[in-house]
Amino acid sequence: MNLTLKIWRQKGPQDKGGIVDYKVSDISEHMSFLEMMDVLNEQLVNKGEEPVAFDHDCREGICGMCSMYINGEAHGPNRGITTCQLHMRTFKNGDTIYIEPFRANAFPVIKDLVVDRSSFDRIQQAGGYISVNTSGNTQDANSLPISKENADLAMDAAACIGCGACVATCKNASAMLFVSAKVSQFSLLPQGQVEATDRVMGMVKQMDEEGFGNCTNTGACEVECPKGISLDNIARMNREYFSASAKG
Amino acid sequence: MSTISSKVPHGPLADKWSKYKEHIDLVNPANKRNIDIIVVGTGLAGGSAAATLAELGYNVKSFCYQDSPRRAHSIAAQGGINASKNYQGDGDSNYRLFYDTVKGGDYRSREANVHRLAEVSGNIIDQCVAQGVPFARDYGGLLDNRSFGGVLVSRTFYAKGQTGQQLLLGAYSAMNRQIARGKITMHNRHEMLDVVKVEGKARGIIARNLITGEIERHSAHAVVIASGGYGNVYFLSTNAMGSNTTAAWKIHKKGAYFANPCYTQIHPTCIPRSGDYQSKLTLMSESLRNDGRIWVPKNLDDVKAIREGRKKPLDLTEDQRDYYLERRYPAFGNLVPRDVASRAAKERCDAGYGVNATGEAVYLDFATSFERYGKEQAKIHNISNPSEAKIMELGQEIVKAKYGNLFQMYEKIVDENPYKTPMMIYPAVHYTMGGVWVDYNLMTTIPGCYAIGEANFSDHGANRLGASALMQGLADGYFVLPYTIGDYLADDIRTGKISTDGPEFEAAEKDVTNRIELFINNEGTHSVDYYHKKLGKIMWDKCGMSRNAEGLKTAIIEITALREDFWQNVNVPGTATEYNEQLAKAGRVADFLELGELFAKDALVREESAGGHFREEYQTEDGEAKRDDKNFAYVAAWEYRGKPSEAVLHKEELVFEDIELKTRSYK
Repeated sequence: MNLTLKIWRQKGPQDKGGIVDYKVSDISEHMSFLEMMDVLNEQLVNKGEEPVAFDHDCREGICGMCSMYINGEAHGPNRGITTCQLHMRTFKNGDTIYIEPFRANAFPVIKDLVVDRSSFDRIQQAGGYISVNTSGNTQDANSLPISKENADLAMDAAACIGCGACVATCKNASAMLFVSAKVSQFSLLPQGQVEATDRVMGMVKQMDEEGFGNCTNTGACEVECPKGISLDNIARMNREYFSASAKG
Repeated sequence: MSTISSKVPHGPLADKWSKYKEHIDLVNPANKRNIDIIVVGTGLAGGSAAATLAELGYNVKSFCYQDSPRRAHSIAAQGGINASKNYQGDGDSNYRLFYDTVKGGDYRSREANVHRLAEVSGNIIDQCVAQGVPFARDYGGLLDNRSFGGVLVSRTFYAKGQTGQQLLLGAYSAMNRQIARGKITMHNRHEMLDVVKVEGKARGIIARNLITGEIERHSAHAVVIASGGYGNVYFLSTNAMGSNTTAAWKIHKKGAYFANPCYTQIHPTCIPRSGDYQSKLTLMSESLRNDGRIWVPKNLDDVKAIREGRKKPLDLTEDQRDYYLERRYPAFGNLVPRDVASRAAKERCDAGYGVNATGEAVYLDFATSFERYGKEQAKIHNISNPSEAKIMELGQEIVKAKYGNLFQMYEKIVDENPYKTPMMIYPAVHYTMGGVWVDYNLMTTIPGCYAIGEANFSDHGANRLGASALMQGLADGYFVLPYTIGDYLADDIRTGKISTDGPEFEAAEKDVTNRIELFINNEGTHSVDYYHKKLGKIMWDKCGMSRNAEGLKTAIIEITALREDFWQNVNVPGTATEYNEQLAKAGRVADFLELGELFAKDALVREESAGGHFREEYQTEDGEAKRDDKNFAYVAAWEYRGKPSEAVLHKEELVFEDIELKTRSYK
């Protein structure tokens, strides 16, 4: 198929940036979206032009590195996948496709479609862990039974890949789904109880300092999340936060 | 040719590690604060090492090329992690895990290292549970297990199909705790481009900031390489796009021997390639072989009909199907080790039985499991005389609970519903058992330079068993290196801060800058990918699932010529002082072009078949790998001498005291 691509080009953080049009032809429907981008870049390199910078690594939907905003949706039109899992069979011959970076104040653009998501790391550093030394002198793994239900719910929350689609999608650029996934995982497990208060207070404080917006329960994040992280996690985090605040 | 010492401690196998730990030198906590350690890579090995070393009190400087340590490719491991917990009471033990791993590796690994790995395996599970890793549990709340290839017990712990992700996020969280305390300084989006030696010891690295292009000097008292394997030498593999050998190759060129590069794992269950534009291959977890049966049609007429779309796989009755693994290996069936399963698939496809247009695909079929689980569920739920459709429905629910995300992934890529029609799979490059040579302490032949995880060669011999990579990465990082590195650093407590102003740093930086300028100013005619794809094709055709002397000799000639062409004609756009992915890739491909040659040379010298290294000249009558223990029971450790063709072979003789060398049989 032949396509028109309208791609956000921005030389660096200070550059104003803008949309540039490109044409690609002979795109197979079996290609992944990023393979289509590879074709474009190969074309640009061979013409002596600068290729489009975009983040990607595992190309199987788990590392969370790819991050495009395609036709107005984070990771493109399909549900439950990342950009690298999007295939060209989703598009038709002659389509025009808009490709932009994930936009949020807390995700500044580095170049073209590459954004800086280190704010996510800093939120995790503010409490997204259990303070246990990695000495191996812990108790036997089976001495702490955990109900299958809670273990499964914790796993569902822990499935977050930290891509930032929730933030890019939210009209407030809120990071509540991302933060609540980690808070939920630990609040559902006995190991997480000891530091529960400090954890939720610390992570929420850091989230606010990074400049993410507030949650207004629109629910767009849940819809666009490639890993199906549920809004229930936000409710769970709010409960954790209120009870932590009450403890002062 | 000389021999090298592995520094394995004396004494009975089972006591070596505990005795060793009791007698090594220690660094007191106050002195640890004055010692810096560089860790390159943040996967399971690098992440766990960085966190543990920081907890111990060392100042850690961590590097990764991704935008966050959480994205290292360990995250993509699906199936599970082995540990000899014997929670299932099926007769597992440290010895059995040790034995299975040595046998699975076709008797080409170092006994003492593997036994140590088995000893600490249980601790890994304890540690991860304490960190909040949500492993799968049964209804009693205890940990669940599954089976993997090459073993007869259930010792694999898992977190849905995302075990690697959960373990990596555990290590990442342990790192975050230390980053918050200021004990780890994290350098994201940085790539190590050289190691710096001062007075023969590793004392730092030269790194490039991938955003600004700035070349940086970083010093330390020891350098740990945890940069993963070199599977991307094949261009197409299940590795991440950025996975590369540069860190490992740079230390090789500065004096670290490189061991057994020809031992590569071709994983049997990957999604077949669909066209020339393909950028990478996707693995389907080996755990699927617990419930899936692998087959091709018995008759070539049916193969033809399927390829032409006249027949569907479901049209073939049981007697028209060849479940070739069950036929050839009745004892292990579909759960034979990876190398055996891959070669068997290649054998059928080479004989013309491949079931897709490219002729490179076999079926992985779950129908039998749907039926078995369905009948079981019907009994449990007291459904009398269930219809066939009801049985399938009940069975599919169970399979969905076990592998739902994998089925979903398959459907997204291939656009076929694997609940309705069998999956198609084909082998793909997945893991490299070879790597930087290390002694028992995990130290390379450069004093103070260590290699851990997939980057080293040590534990998997010529073939790795499923769910053992995660185990080894975490064992090295959490439980082995933190002890062994202390023994070395105990002599460094009076050294003081290492300056980055010395001539050694200056020279290394100059080399790095020169090479980058060469790329930028070359203004050639072909893109980096053009060369990478050509190299990949040579490797896959001549150094892939089976090799022969003639092909390997040709490969060496072709790779040498391709490398010369690359340096003449590669085109790298943009500048050196900005985010420039093509430039970063050019450096990685340049190193692959050297490693590929050493790989072929190693495969040529090893005149036997062992594990993932299958030489066509050395096979039994029924096509199984034929080892030559008399002449090749050694580790081939290559010393760099200016170029790969000049590399000098050093041998580490493998001594088997506790295991009798046998022909590996899974029949």
